[in-house]
This record gives sequence, structure tokens and C-alpha cells, in this order.
Amino acid sequence: MTWSTVYKREYSAPEVSIKEILRYARSGEEAKDVVTLAQECLEEAAGVLAFKVCFREFDISVSGDQCDLGFVKVKSKGLSKNLGGCKRAIVFAATVGLGIDRLIMKYGAVAPSKTVMFHAIGAERVEALCDLFCTDMENELGPITRRFSPGYGDLSLSMQSDIFRALDCTRQIGLTLNDSLLMSPSKSVTAIFGIKDSGDTEEKEDKCEICSSINCPFRRV
Amino acid sequence: MTFREYLKENIVYLDGGMGTLLQARGLKPGQYPEMWNITQSDIIRDIHKAYFDAGSNVVNTNTFGANTLKFSENELEKIIAAAIKNAKDAAKMSTGTQEKFVSLDIGPSGKLLKPYGDLDFEDAVELFAKVVRYGTKYGADLITIETMNDSYETKAALLAAKENSSLPVIVTNAYGKDGLLMTGASPEAMAAMLEGMGADAIGANCSLGPEQLRGVMERLLACASVPVVLKPNAGLPRSVGGKTVYDVMPEEFALSIKDLTDMGVRVIGGCCGTTPEYIKMLVQRTKECKIKPLTDKNITAASSYTHRVMFGSGPVLIGERINPTGKKRLKKALMENDMDYILNEAISQQEKGAHILDVNVGIPDINEKDMLKEAVCQIQTVSDLPLQIDTSNVEAMEAALRRYNGKAMVNSVNGKMKSIEEVFPLVKKYGGLVVALTLDENGIPDTAEGRVKIAEKILQKAKEYGIEKKDIVFDTLAMTISADSKAASVCLEAMRRIKYDLGCHVIVGLSNISFGLPSRDVLNGVFFAMALENGLSGAIMNPNSSEMMKTYYAYRALRGLDENCLDYIEKSGSFTEYKSEGKPAPDVKEETEFKSALQRAIVKGLKDQAGEITKELLNSEKPLNIVQNEVIPALDIVGEGFEKWRVYLPQLLMSAEAAKSAFEHIKSALPPKEKQDDDFPIIIATVYGDIHDIGKNIVKLLLENYGFSVYDLGKDVPPEKILEETVRLKAPLVGLSALMTTTVASMEKTICLLRKEAPWCRVVVGGAVLNREYAEKIGADKYAKDAMESVRYAEEIKNQVKNKKQR
Repeated sequence: MTWSTVYKREYSAPEVSIKEILRYARSGEEAKDVVTLAQECLEEAAGVLAFKVCFREFDISVSGDQCDLGFVKVKSKGLSKNLGGCKRAIVFAATVGLGIDRLIMKYGAVAPSKTVMFHAIGAERVEALCDLFCTDMENELGPITRRFSPGYGDLSLSMQSDIFRALDCTRQIGLTLNDSLLMSPSKSVTAIFGIKDSGDTEEKEDKCEICSSINCPFRRV
Repeated sequence: MTFREYLKENIVYLDGGMGTLLQARGLKPGQYPEMWNITQSDIIRDIHKAYFDAGSNVVNTNTFGANTLKFSENELEKIIAAAIKNAKDAAKMSTGTQEKFVSLDIGPSGKLLKPYGDLDFEDAVELFAKVVRYGTKYGADLITIETMNDSYETKAALLAAKENSSLPVIVTNAYGKDGLLMTGASPEAMAAMLEGMGADAIGANCSLGPEQLRGVMERLLACASVPVVLKPNAGLPRSVGGKTVYDVMPEEFALSIKDLTDMGVRVIGGCCGTTPEYIKMLVQRTKECKIKPLTDKNITAASSYTHRVMFGSGPVLIGERINPTGKKRLKKALMENDMDYILNEAISQQEKGAHILDVNVGIPDINEKDMLKEAVCQIQTVSDLPLQIDTSNVEAMEAALRRYNGKAMVNSVNGKMKSIEEVFPLVKKYGGLVVALTLDENGIPDTAEGRVKIAEKILQKAKEYGIEKKDIVFDTLAMTISADSKAASVCLEAMRRIKYDLGCHVIVGLSNISFGLPSRDVLNGVFFAMALENGLSGAIMNPNSSEMMKTYYAYRALRGLDENCLDYIEKSGSFTEYKSEGKPAPDVKEETEFKSALQRAIVKGLKDQAGEITKELLNSEKPLNIVQNEVIPALDIVGEGFEKWRVYLPQLLMSAEAAKSAFEHIKSALPPKEKQDDDFPIIIATVYGDIHDIGKNIVKLLLENYGFSVYDLGKDVPPEKILEETVRLKAPLVGLSALMTTTVASMEKTICLLRKEAPWCRVVVGGAVLNREYAEKIGADKYAKDAMESVRYAEEIKNQVKNKKQR
């Protein structure tokens, strides 16, 4: 087994998708007042967002539904399928920082519509950050699998503690883990993806398609 | 020589990185390095020794993550004892001839403090206190609190150090590329808070290389009166041919720091990626540096968790609206524990331009200690302005000061010995900028002379308590001119003399000056201008007063404090009396859709309009008629639309907010207690372990809109607490929210407890992970898929209860 050190990256703001924000806010694009609200909130959030990622590479081995990730062994059909055939993987944590949590809390008392919108913006922003990071890694490392997070499908959320230990998230990007395995700042993501052997350029599956929560309100059709 | 003595006269060399060296010696990812103090003590000792050999004066023990979240208390004691022994042994074995000290190293807990994380402030203090007590017991020479990226956690750790030992404390924070902590604090804000609490040296470590931390160093050097510390990384790690290397080499590292040492940084070392080689080079390159004497920067300031507000660089506006004296609506809010009203006042004062907010919640018959603490904590979630803790209740003052995130203003101390003896020890312990009133046992002197004398006495006493002049601002007490025509002159004269003869900043509570007279705003505005010309540094005032704001902007423009008069020009539009732009041109088609203007405003989610229209309607309509005939029907239109998927969630909420704004006016028009239906109290909470409260808040808002009396217990609420309140209020309905599969268990536990101890109550549940079957399984009476369904259910149960009573 070998492992690298933990690396850290900071990005400037990825491109915004109002459509995604509205999807997270459970609204449609035709509701003009909601679009205006989204734009106002985006403006207010822009100054407080940070885009930080820390990551580490591990040698891995997968057999059946058992994955040895180098820092932890987990049992998960979903992850095994995702990582199948890969010998190396990247584990990462990404956050857009505490500022958005502050806005969510601030408006909770005075304007819940804004709170809903800041939730949506936070979700869209951290997803966009993850996509940006993964694209970056794909450019540097070659083809990679779709990112897979604790809590997706049958992958237990308890793996969060192992990821936090392996990545030293608090020191690297200021991310912390609560007793109930929630992260603070809340608009954060941990995930793992496999690095494919070159030549293997099979299409990635959609992240909603591989998820077993078929009743999820945010599921893309 | 003690560390404090050594620090006074010398450049102090710290050690370098530990983690990277341990990895090179076989520490695996996820393994706790602290255990190596016991299991691989020879390796730890060797690393410490190498740093002492390289010239370090201070070596940090290998206890960065040693706390009771990771280890049992028994393990913790063993780890700290071994860690200190390893470092002390290394000091003895080292060939270096320099002064050597062993520092107890304390890193972040790995958790974020409430309200954004789940670690309570007092639990954090206790967590660090345990480390401090063992460190002191086993003979550390000093304490280093490092890599903290949250000002609140830094405060908890420093407080623990101060309460449990008398050792010197170095505090260093992890600043990002933006020059701020992860939680947003600026170097100036950190300096204000840490110096106020008595840190011996403050600075930055980790996160970046020395060059990238230059800006932070310059800012700290400009404001810190204690030695400044720098312990940067060796740049960033890179992977070269499968090996990890850091991109700043020892020579470059040392030269960068030397430059900063010449500027005044005097406690230096390295963090991630640095090795004994770096420290050796650092010592070589800086040993000839001349030490710059420390100077008192003499800054009078308060701070929040983000920024500092300084006195003396332009008038400071201290918003006075959160003070129940003479404010019926606020008194009512306090009596009813209506925190939202207080939070709204905080937000609105900040929007109007206040720099600091006064917080006074003193009314008879409430627990002021709990209320003030709660108010301060909650206001800090909606406003990043520094707060002025305003109370004469010393217990309340301490509780609030302790919990405050930053360096608060304290209102107030005065010339009475009792006040001095009570307040100064608190200011010394927690830090603070204290407002001193020029009155004493004999009352308020009617001469300026008398007031200045009291000020001198207060300064003298402060010195005895170790509180510096810069941490006191005087209030020379504006009394109403309607009772004494000289009141203003005396106040101004005392102000001028304290400012120019004693060299202290003066603030004043302005509004008193006009008490009992008509058009008070006019007098207040002119008095404000006069006071500013007599040396006033800040005013406790009403930011909603246009006269006051006019004076403020005009004064700054006239005194050359507003470059190119930009602020003045920007604000000048708001100086004329605000007039609404008239009603929007009627949209014929729309008009027919709505029964009235208020209905339209609510359905369209126009918050301000809804408030204005209600205010007008109240002149001709009974409050409850407005609710029944206008507000509820409007909400029904929106609610139905939502249920039929024609209205989106954000739109539903905008309407609810508009309705709330209407209710604000309706509430003011009602005598207390009549406004809501207290026969049917509803309790709602997010269950224990879960901190998601958005769903719960939406339900609360809608229930309130429909006139229900809602008792919101907040989030992360233990089952026992929910039961206690249910029993106390004999609540017929309890609403529980959970967002995570992991916390549904505590929902079930709560329901079980309620069934046993409060069998009369119905339980409605909601939250993303729930569905009808799941809700049934855990024993709930009802699963509500959204807020509207909760409202419908509440109405249904209410009718049942009513019918039962009638029968």
C-alpha cells in the first residue's frame, strides 16, 4: 500500500447555473419573482463563498462488494461497481465555506424564502465545485469514475469519520464532522472516485442514475 | 529564565513540522500521531531533539489532536505526560546551548462550535481545560494554541488556558489566502480579542507559505501590542515523481521570514513541510536581526467574529434600539420571548448604518442572565457587528461576555466602588471595551470639573486592575435640557476635557438630551454635531433617525473623513423624508382577481406593501377582522396553489413573510396575550442530534400565519426537553422534524416518551427522510408531507379539541 500526502486546492467561483439553483429550491424557471430572488441572493452570497478542496490518492483493491481503500475497508455494492477495475482512487472533501451557513441562519428568522434560496445556492455551488475539481483531475490523471459519496446507495455514512481522519479535513480546509456525521460548514461534500486505467473510456453514469434513492425529490428525471 | 522574560528581550525560535516527519517514519493515514508519544517515544524525542539542535527555543509537544473527543481521559493524561517528558528529555539531550522551553501544544478540536456545528462553547472550554490541566501538571513551560481557524474556538481554548493555569500562552491562527480565518475573522479582530483576554503573543501558523502570510503579518504588526508570531508552511506540497515535496526551500523560507523579522515579527518557526533543516537556516539567517522594541499601538476598539471597529477614526454609531426603556413593542417581545423581533431590530439597525449594537434586555420578572446570554448569541447569528453588552446585572454581564464571540463593549462601569469592584474583574478576564459613566456614590456632578474628577478616579482604579486606558471610553452623561438649561454645556465641557486632557475616547447616549421636548430629532441632531466638535468619538443613538444620520454623513464630509464626499452623495437621496412612490398602476386584470389590496400584497409576496396597507387598514378595521377577512383568505389562495403545484415553495414563503409583516402591525394593535389562541399551544422542534431547521421554521411561520400559538424549542432538542414543555403547556399537538436517517431514531425515542408521559398529545412529524409508512412505524399520529399539510392537520385537531370541550 502506498499513499500520497494530502493536497489542497482553492478555486475561484465556478460558473453558476440558475437552473440548478431553482431545481434545488424546488421551483421552475418561469416563476419570475423566484428568479429575481435567486439573483439577489446570489449577489449577497458571492462575497462570502470560498471554494476549497483537499484530496489524497490511495492504492485500492476491490473484490466482490468489498473495497479496500487503503485507509479503510468498506462493504458496498454501489462503490465496488463504481470503482471496479481501478487500482488507484482519489478521496476528497470540498466546501464552499461557512459564509453560506451564516446567511442561511441569518434569514431563517426574518425571511425563510431567502433561507430556502441560500440552501439551494449552497447546494449548487458545492456541486459545481466538485464537478470543477473532478474535471481538473480528469485532465491531470486521465479518465476517472463518477464521484461517489458516503450515503449514496448502500455506502454507509459512517465512512465519513474515516475520510476525515485520512484527509485531516479540519486542518486542510476547516471542515468538521458532527456526532451525527453531518459536516460543518454544511455545504460540503466528501467523495471518492477511481482513476481508470488508460484506454478505459467508458461513459460515466449519471450521479442520479446510480443512486438508489428513487423517491428523492431532487432526482433528475 | 522564564519564557515571559525571554520573550521580552529576544527573537524566539519555535520548532518546525511534525506530521510530515512522522509520516516519513511510518505513521499511516488515519493513525493518531499522539499515540506515538507512548508507543514510539524514541522517534518523537529524536524529532524534538533535532529541533533543539537546530536552534529552536521552544518545542511544541506532540499533542496537536490530544483531547477527549479522540481519547479517554485516562489515555489523555498518559499521552500528555509522555509528550512533555519526550520534549523535556530532548531538551536535556540536545547539544544546543540556547534557552529551551517546552510548550504544551493545543490544536483545534476537529469540531465546529454551535450554532454552526454541534460542540457547545462550554463543552469546548472544558475539553481544552482538561488538556491545560494535565499540561500544567506535567510541567510544560508555556502553552501554544495553534492552527485555529475559528475565532470562537480560539476564545474557548484561551479561556481554558487562562482559567486553569498561569502559564504564558502563544496563540496562532490559520489564515487563508484572503487574509481571514475560515470563519471570517480579520487579523485586527483576532488581535483585539486575544490581547483583550491576555494572550502573551499572537500570530499566524500553517495554511500558507511565508510570502503569502506577509499581508497578515503586516496587519498584525500594525495593531498588536504584544509580540507577533509567524510559523508558516514550507509553501504548498507537490507531487514530484511520486514523492511529496514542498515548494519553498529552506533558504528561501528563511530569507522571507528574515524580512518580516526586520519589520518586527519576533517569534518565528515553521509548520507543515518544514524540518530541522529549515529551522537551522532560519536561525542562521536571522540571528543578526536587530530586535524591534514593542510599542503600544494604543488602539481603542471592539470586535466581532469578523471585524474590528475602532474609535478615533470617525464617529462610531452605536444602535440603541435593543433596549426596552420606553419601547413598548420590545418589552412585549421580551415578555413573550419573541426573539425574532429582537433579531429583526438587529438586522435593520445594521442596514441603516450602525457600527455597533447595544443589547439591553433588562425588564422586571425575566431571568436577565439567561435572556441576555441568549440574545447576544442569537444576535451574533444574524449580524456581524460588535455588540455592546448593556446591563447593571453583573451575573448577566459575565454570562454574556463569556459567550460573546469577539471583544465586546461593556455598558457600563461608573465611579462607585461597588461598580468598579464588580465590573473591572470581568473586563480583565474576558477582555472588553468598557463604557465608564462619570457618576459616583454622590450622583452625577453638575459641573464638568466633577465629572472629570470621577473619570480620573476610574482610570486610576482601572490601572490597579490591569486595565489599560485604551480599553475605557467615557460617557459624560447627556441629561435633558428641559430640566436644566446647562445640561448640554456641562456634558460637552466634560467631554472635551476628558478627550483632550486625559486622552480618552468619549461616547454619549444622545437621545436623553431632548427628553420632554417636542421634535426631539432636531435637538438630537444638532447636539450630535456639537458633541462631535467637542471630541465625541461615538454615540449611542437611533439609526432610524434621519436627523442623526444626516448629521453623521454631513460631519464626515465636512471634516474630511469622507473622501470625495462619496458616502454623503450616496446617502443624500435618503435624507429627504421617505415617500412611498404611490400605488403601482392598477393592472386591470389583476385587480379583479383579488378582493383587496392587502390580499394582493400577500399573494404576490410584497412584504413592505403588506405592512403599509395593514397599518392603514388598522385605522378603520378591527385587528382580528383583518386577520379573518384578509390575511387568512389570502394565505388560503397561496396554500391551495402550493398544494396543487401551481405555487412554488419560495413563493409560498414570500407570501408567508408578507403575511408576517401584516401580523407585526396587527400584533402591535392588540393587547398582549389576546393576539393568539393560547388554548391550543403547539410545540415544534427539530429532534436531538439533528441541526436542520429549515423545514421546522417554515412550518412555524405558516402555523403562526394561521394564528396558532407556536412554541419553537429550536433544533437538536433532547426528548426530555420536548416532554417537559409539552407537560408544562399541556400542549395538544407536537410537531417533530428530522432530516437524517440517523436522527429518526431520536424522533422515535421522543414519541415513545411523549406517549408514556403525555398521552393526550398528538404528534405530527415531517422531514426529508420520512414517509407515511415510516411515520406510522415510529408511532407518529400524522405524517405531514409539507408545511401546508401541517397547518391543515393543526386545524383538524383544534376542531376536535373544541368539539370535545363543547360536549
